[in-house]
Amino acid sequence: MPANEFNGFTEYGIGIGLRAPHYDHILTRKPVVDWFEIISENFMIDGGRPLQILDQILEQYKVVQHGVSMYFGSAEKPNREHLRRLKDLVKRTKTPWVSDHLCWGSVDGRYTHDLLPMPYTFEAAKITAEKVREVRDFLEVPVAVENVSSYAEFHVSEMTEWEFLNEVVERADCGILLDVNNIYVSSQNHNFDPMTYVNSVPAERVAQIHIAGHSKYRKYILDTHDHPVIDPVWKLYERAIRRAGHTATLLEWDDSIPSFKEVHDEALKANKFLAASVLATAV
Amino acid sequence: MKLLKLQRTMARAVMQPLTASEHMQRKAPDGRPMRSYAARFIKPNDRLTSFERLEIYNRQYWFRLLSSMTEDFPGVRSVLGERRFDVMCKAYIVDCPSRSFTLRNLGSKLEDWLRKHPKWAGTKQTLALDIARLEWADIEAFDGEAKPPLRTEDLAGAAGANLRLQLQPYVQLLDLRYPVDDLLLAVRKDDKDTDFASNAFQERRKRKHVHALAKLKPGAVFLVVHRIDNSVYFRRVLAEEFAVLKALRRGKPLGKAIDGAFRESRMPIGARAESVQQWFQNWAALGWFCQPEKRR
Repeated sequence: MPANEFNGFTEYGIGIGLRAPHYDHILTRKPVVDWFEIISENFMIDGGRPLQILDQILEQYKVVQHGVSMYFGSAEKPNREHLRRLKDLVKRTKTPWVSDHLCWGSVDGRYTHDLLPMPYTFEAAKITAEKVREVRDFLEVPVAVENVSSYAEFHVSEMTEWEFLNEVVERADCGILLDVNNIYVSSQNHNFDPMTYVNSVPAERVAQIHIAGHSKYRKYILDTHDHPVIDPVWKLYERAIRRAGHTATLLEWDDSIPSFKEVHDEALKANKFLAASVLATAV
Repeated sequence: MKLLKLQRTMARAVMQPLTASEHMQRKAPDGRPMRSYAARFIKPNDRLTSFERLEIYNRQYWFRLLSSMTEDFPGVRSVLGERRFDVMCKAYIVDCPSRSFTLRNLGSKLEDWLRKHPKWAGTKQTLALDIARLEWADIEAFDGEAKPPLRTEDLAGAAGANLRLQLQPYVQLLDLRYPVDDLLLAVRKDDKDTDFASNAFQERRKRKHVHALAKLKPGAVFLVVHRIDNSVYFRRVLAEEFAVLKALRRGKPLGKAIDGAFRESRMPIGARAESVQQWFQNWAALGWFCQPEKRR
């Protein structure tokens, strides 16, 4: 039974990001993996090897699309070329949902290629929710928005980040890709209790969870996806699973990428918490 | 501050070039001190000032975009030298910021921009333009569209000289003034080796590049950048061969394409028919022709 109305895919289990250094291993050894998450933009192209690889992966595995440049929170309208290409890819992968970030990154047609933080205002929530609805209606698949790591806060903010997330997803009636590592990173950078954030998210909307590692600097933490998951993040994950139930989970590892086995083994540590949630449901 | 205004304010600061020591500039885009510019919209915390928080995004922007240019244009970097390449890229990104959802397209205007700003390459301008063209063509060939290949039945009933053949969109045709295909292959081989190499090896590599560039003599090269089994290859062709391909790409009928190609050719007339036949056999075997678009 689905854990919630935005997640009819509780059987998805634990996935990992599909990354180029692992292509050979995956295609030749065909390891057992529940599913792969792809970065949509890497495959929104006209042809060539990336699409050939993707088609080979699709023959064997389930694939879910995750985007990095829809910029739901940018004040400008969605880029039509982007939407058209994204929809073509959705048809190709048959992804059960698509996700992208609750952030902005472009203005006046210029792209920063970064996940810039939102001002937590009612005006921004309204604009963002309208855009999420527009994208969902165009793509005709469920959309989940992901909370980002941030390093700055704005004077104009009228609410906390989790209140803003709730405001957007209620207005847009969409799912959440809950990144518990991002919650941890932002909590350290902005001095809030990450558990309060996890406890405040509408659990029934959590469609997917991201786990990842990060890098600690003297004055702040950077979301680098280049380390194993640390214990405090596993604790947030445990709590999120307890609240949302058995939820599709993905480990992100995007830099200094180790062997496929090391990445997959790290991801599979989530099984311990998923199994506990199944047990809790059973009793 | 309204959303659009805040995003414009922040983007202007984020996209402003870093200092030589890779920090955020002290002066904001509007000429005011950056400290007060940042403090207007970003909160400080107990560890970082507004300036320092904004600086994280400013640095990430430049590191990400410069890294993308370095990855896509190792040949241009080799021609200009590392330091000059970095400074040139910063100027290019200021003039031609990304207007695409994908970083793949960031360097799409580099050749045109370099042509309009010859100071960056100086005496190596022609060489720099050639290698920038080749590297962009390589990107286009790598993930360009492949239409269904031409079949024998597509030619049924076709009228010989008036036949219009279409090249695959991913096939790129370059007339170059330097043999930059050799140079790029050498640079790539060195870069691959350097992944596992020591500093001493990198120094030797730099010297090797300088020698390779010094030895590079101008000489016309007609190059087709194409792919086989989704791997990109460079194939040199004769001037006449190139002229036929170029004319076909422009939509000329077969007869006119061939006639035009030999107008100034020194190839003996007796050898021409056989050559043309051989070229078409090769091109067809390489899958360069695609099915004609269906007329509506």
